[in-house]
Amino acid sequence: MKKIIHCLSVTLAIISLSYLTAGASDSLKVTTPAGIVADADNAGLKLPNGFSALKVAENVGKSRHIVVTAQGDIYVKLDRVVNGKGVLRLHDSKGNGKADNITGLGNYGGTGITIKNGYLYASSNTEVFRYKLNAKNEVINLDAPEKIITGLGTGQHPSKSIVLDNENHIYVNQGAYSNSCQEQDRTLGSKGKMPCPVLNDAAGIWQYSADKLNQTQADGVRYGTGLRNVVGLDWNQQTNSLFVMQHGRDQLFQNWPEFFTEKQSAELPSECMYEIKKGANAGWPYIFYDHIQHKKILAPEYGGDGKKEGGKDAIDPVVAFPGHLAPDGLLFYTGSMFPAKYKNGAFIAFHGSWNRAPLPQEGYYVVFVPFKNGKPSGDSEVFANGFSGLAQVNSPGEAKHRPCGLAQGPDGSLYVSDDAKGTIYRIIYKGK
Amino acid sequence: MKQLIPSLCLILVLMSFQTQPKKQVLIKPKTAVVTAAPAAGMKAVLLRGKAVYLQQCLACHQADGGGVAHLNAPLNGAAAVVGKDKEKLIRIVLKGMKGVDIDDESYNNTMAPHPELTDQQIADVLTYARNSWTNKASAVSAAEVKAVRAKIK
Ligand code: HEC
Repeated sequence: MKKIIHCLSVTLAIISLSYLTAGASDSLKVTTPAGIVADADNAGLKLPNGFSALKVAENVGKSRHIVVTAQGDIYVKLDRVVNGKGVLRLHDSKGNGKADNITGLGNYGGTGITIKNGYLYASSNTEVFRYKLNAKNEVINLDAPEKIITGLGTGQHPSKSIVLDNENHIYVNQGAYSNSCQEQDRTLGSKGKMPCPVLNDAAGIWQYSADKLNQTQADGVRYGTGLRNVVGLDWNQQTNSLFVMQHGRDQLFQNWPEFFTEKQSAELPSECMYEIKKGANAGWPYIFYDHIQHKKILAPEYGGDGKKEGGKDAIDPVVAFPGHLAPDGLLFYTGSMFPAKYKNGAFIAFHGSWNRAPLPQEGYYVVFVPFKNGKPSGDSEVFANGFSGLAQVNSPGEAKHRPCGLAQGPDGSLYVSDDAKGTIYRIIYKGK
Repeated sequence: MKQLIPSLCLILVLMSFQTQPKKQVLIKPKTAVVTAAPAAGMKAVLLRGKAVYLQQCLACHQADGGGVAHLNAPLNGAAAVVGKDKEKLIRIVLKGMKGVDIDDESYNNTMAPHPELTDQQIADVLTYARNSWTNKASAVSAAEVKAVRAKIK
């Protein structure tokens, strides 16, 4: 496997280089959205040349994942219920790109939302619902969702991110209720449980039928395992397979100071993109990926020292990023608005770290990874930056906005949600 | 970005490391017993408490004591932290805390127990938390920690 090192956490030099090179060699027909005008300050974002941005809506509530309909309406899954509603529909009646009609449904907070085969799917932290849509992709009966999955466990990684394949299966994240499967969670020197029982009912992606009601975990299939927590995930239409972003474990230094320095603990383990085929095992909690050594490293809870390798049966990541950046959104771009190099590549929304202190926090941006024939090809770039409103984030609470969800509009616009203040961004390309 | 070959990235990573503050020397909880002189001023206590905080609490509760939304509870401005019930605070450090809503807010992370810290270290770190950021409250003494530890055992 071709391993690609991404060092996003580093200097602004890289970031500014990406501005110079991005979008430099495209000769594409540009579908300019008529009437859509970027904000004068590009919504506070720094973008590659030719791109601009506007705020579609502000302060709508902590916005997790989002989806845009063929008509351009945006459904937003709110983390917590606001005025009794957990899902918002943002409608732009004037065609100027600003949502001027906001309505709601669903009385539950959560993360997952998607549209497929005439249904809107949305998740709480314990259940998955769906709503039939009419020809204009409006929910027909706001108050009568069908409950398709129920009784899912929660814990420290409760988000139930969802995506569908093309055969009417829905994939649901079931995050680990533990950091690294220690006998005592997050405790200095506590050994790992062997075998790790968390893998039986969590730390994986479960596959369910998208149209059977009241399924429980026992009705699902453990499709991929050894995944500590996945928030960003997408179905890649080119490869017809599932791609996920794993949040790596925390606290290598705090729990294992004899093996890791604070700096290593900030940089490791890698935040990994995996392609998950049925039965795949990504190795948590026994190993973690180290993008500096390019190796799967035995976890200290299981006898590792930061150098010993492990995980012979575990898959390699497709891409590995520096530690703790918290990839919360993944989107394979299939639109035609952006220059050719973006087609079929991956956008990743990094929510931003908390576990890099005392080093400055990192993330709080959207990254792009170019793909060719279903494989990464070339270096990634920080595509959209400036969400935090700060040159340096020391504690996550300081960040003004935190990117979380991604969606593609019918015209190829890229939408980004913010779960700190509830801003919905729209990024457009109009060329030079 | 083709020109950004991996080795360049690595060099930049290394360079960025050098610009970071020097790594803190690890305080081995069991060996670093700091004996407090009876007349030691508040300033010394706060310095010792800060050292424990940086090593044991900072990762989750953050430099500004603000915690992490939905994950780790804030200590700055927290009623429990500046409250009169010191025993409760001492118990939290000794026994850890999980799944308790605070001011109608839930926190998903697990706070591990820290019994390996000495009575003095726990007293110092709690005194630090009670007197940092916007917090202002009385000190916690090693004797108070000792008494709670004895009850728990
Ligand atoms: C692994 C992350 C983590 C570490 C390390 C940690 N805490 Fe916590 N702490 C938490 C979480 C999470 C909560 C809230 C738990 C809950 O709501 O049930 C919490 C709660 C608290 C509370 C109660 C706050 C309130 O308003 O009731 C205090 C006090 C506290 N921690 C002090 C400390 C101190 C002192 C240290 C260092 C010795 C420390 N914590 C280390 C995660 C951590």
